[in-house]
Amino acid sequence: MRFIFKTDYDQDIRLAKHGGHVFWYGLLMVLLLTAPWLIEEYWLAQLTFVMIYSIVGLGLMLLAGFTGLFSIGHAAFLGVGAYTEAVLAAQGWPFPLSLAMSAGLSAAVGAIVGLPALRVKGIYLGIATLSFGFIVEEGLARWESVTGGNAGKHVKAIELLGYEASSNEAFYWICLVVTVVCTLAVLNLLRSATGRAFVAIRDSEISAQSMGIHLARYKTLSFMISAALAGIGGALYAHKLQFISPDQFNFLQSIDLLLMVVIGGLGSIHGAFLGALFLITMPQLISLGKDYLPDAIGQAPGLQAVVYGLVLIGFVMFEPMGLYGRWLKIRTWFQLFPFYRKGMFKRQKSFQKSDRLK
Amino acid sequence: MSDALLSAHNLSVRFGGVLAVNNVSFDVQRGEVFTLIGPNGAGKTTVFNLISGIYTPTAGHITYNGQQMASVPPHAVAGLGIARTFQNIELFEHATVLQNLLIGRHTHRQTGLWQEMFFTPQTRAAEIAAREKVEHVIDFLDLQHHRDSMVAGLPYGVRKVVEMARALCTEPQLLLLDEPSSGLNVEETDDMAFWIADIKNVLGITVLMVEHDMSLVSKVSDRVLAMSQGEVLAMGTPSEVQSHPGVIEAYLGTIDDVSSLRRDHAKEQHP
Repeated sequence: MRFIFKTDYDQDIRLAKHGGHVFWYGLLMVLLLTAPWLIEEYWLAQLTFVMIYSIVGLGLMLLAGFTGLFSIGHAAFLGVGAYTEAVLAAQGWPFPLSLAMSAGLSAAVGAIVGLPALRVKGIYLGIATLSFGFIVEEGLARWESVTGGNAGKHVKAIELLGYEASSNEAFYWICLVVTVVCTLAVLNLLRSATGRAFVAIRDSEISAQSMGIHLARYKTLSFMISAALAGIGGALYAHKLQFISPDQFNFLQSIDLLLMVVIGGLGSIHGAFLGALFLITMPQLISLGKDYLPDAIGQAPGLQAVVYGLVLIGFVMFEPMGLYGRWLKIRTWFQLFPFYRKGMFKRQKSFQKSDRLK
Repeated sequence: MSDALLSAHNLSVRFGGVLAVNNVSFDVQRGEVFTLIGPNGAGKTTVFNLISGIYTPTAGHITYNGQQMASVPPHAVAGLGIARTFQNIELFEHATVLQNLLIGRHTHRQTGLWQEMFFTPQTRAAEIAAREKVEHVIDFLDLQHHRDSMVAGLPYGVRKVVEMARALCTEPQLLLLDEPSSGLNVEETDDMAFWIADIKNVLGITVLMVEHDMSLVSKVSDRVLAMSQGEVLAMGTPSEVQSHPGVIEAYLGTIDDVSSLRRDHAKEQHP
């Protein structure tokens, strides 16, 4: 167990709380930077997907895990970002500008979707965002002059400083830089007043309000930031696939995104990354496992959906804190060895909350 | 009454057919502890919610520091210097005590979204300044041990203090305490009385509270307002109010009420 002797307020503000953090995250960065030389092209592409999904996951985590607002239509923001990028790249905009535009347009759409969030909560907000997701998907399919409709749209490779970043490695670097910047931005927000306001809204709206937090403004802000991150993810997604069509941003994609943050662990930034890792590696594992299963199961259609469903049910029942929660438990077990107790992470039954003001 | 910090003029609130608060007027003087008492359902918490802007009065108005409160939206009330606690603790459960208290500093934030996203030196300085203010409150209420604990794991008595600490972090002029001693044991209630007196004497904050525990009320209150069924029964010092016949009636009932409850054969035996 590590005990930190605190002598300075800065120690609580710093992102790396102790030498262990510096070492492990430094090592992770080194590995990520050298990945193009370490792993095969196929796995590099998968790693790129993990990072793209992580960016979207960060946004959804901020919204669902930290502000307590659930969106079952997040693929729509992904779609808005992807199509904005596709259109602007075709017009020859430089990548940083078009990426910023994708984020900005998504954020603007997010602000509009955030409007119902000011009035409805929980399941009703879920339904509102769900229907919004359908509207956007339908819009992308019908607005043929811009989006190419159901036939889809080709996306040009990224042009940066006169070079065309068409190789897998170049694109990987770009994704890595964007991921790191987005992660730092979200971490910075969470350690300052805005992030605390989000957490306050998640835990008790009534008392957040009495602490002077403008609920409407911060809920809209959360939707906007979340949508902007999804838009950035969408832009990279479009470049990665080089071809986009409306059905990539359908309801199932939204569910995948939600699944990702829930399995990763709501309320933790690590969760977004672990969830993305899960979402990308799971199909690979399933297809690897197929060969060892009897044909009746292994070749059955919908195997992936069944496995996803079972895993989600398993997590909700046995590990509500997700993969990150499981990791925390394992880490604590080693830190406290041999003194770990089974009930250590059990939530105390919370006291009756006032519902007369809701 | 030029020194009134908060005054309510002929407040009335109607929820459908229920007149929850009926024509209530009072002044809270600067630097006093003013207590609302009354049986359950008397409308005390409703008065609190009127002051914090959660409800709007059907009739009458509230002035604070000479300003009309009717036009102030609920989230702006804290910025005016009014902080409150809740009857059934409303803390941010899945955050540490320190984070809860830092949220109390929200009205004093100076940094914008972009500054925070890039965590500029100004943001860092603002965070440290906020932390210093919070540490003063932690010292004041002896919360050092619980600084880094999650609220969800704290015992009820400590949560009550944390909630009060969070309200103090907003640096209020007026502190609204909704039943500060509910759910506390005798020792914790004594501590609470001590802290309320300290808040008034050391920090110079005016306190308006709702309370049922009469020993706490008489220990700390300068003036007491007794309410029943939405109406003012009596106002004055704690002992005056306690001996007021209307108050006794509201709590215990009248002789007539009691005699009507008496069984018939008992009346016959003792005419």
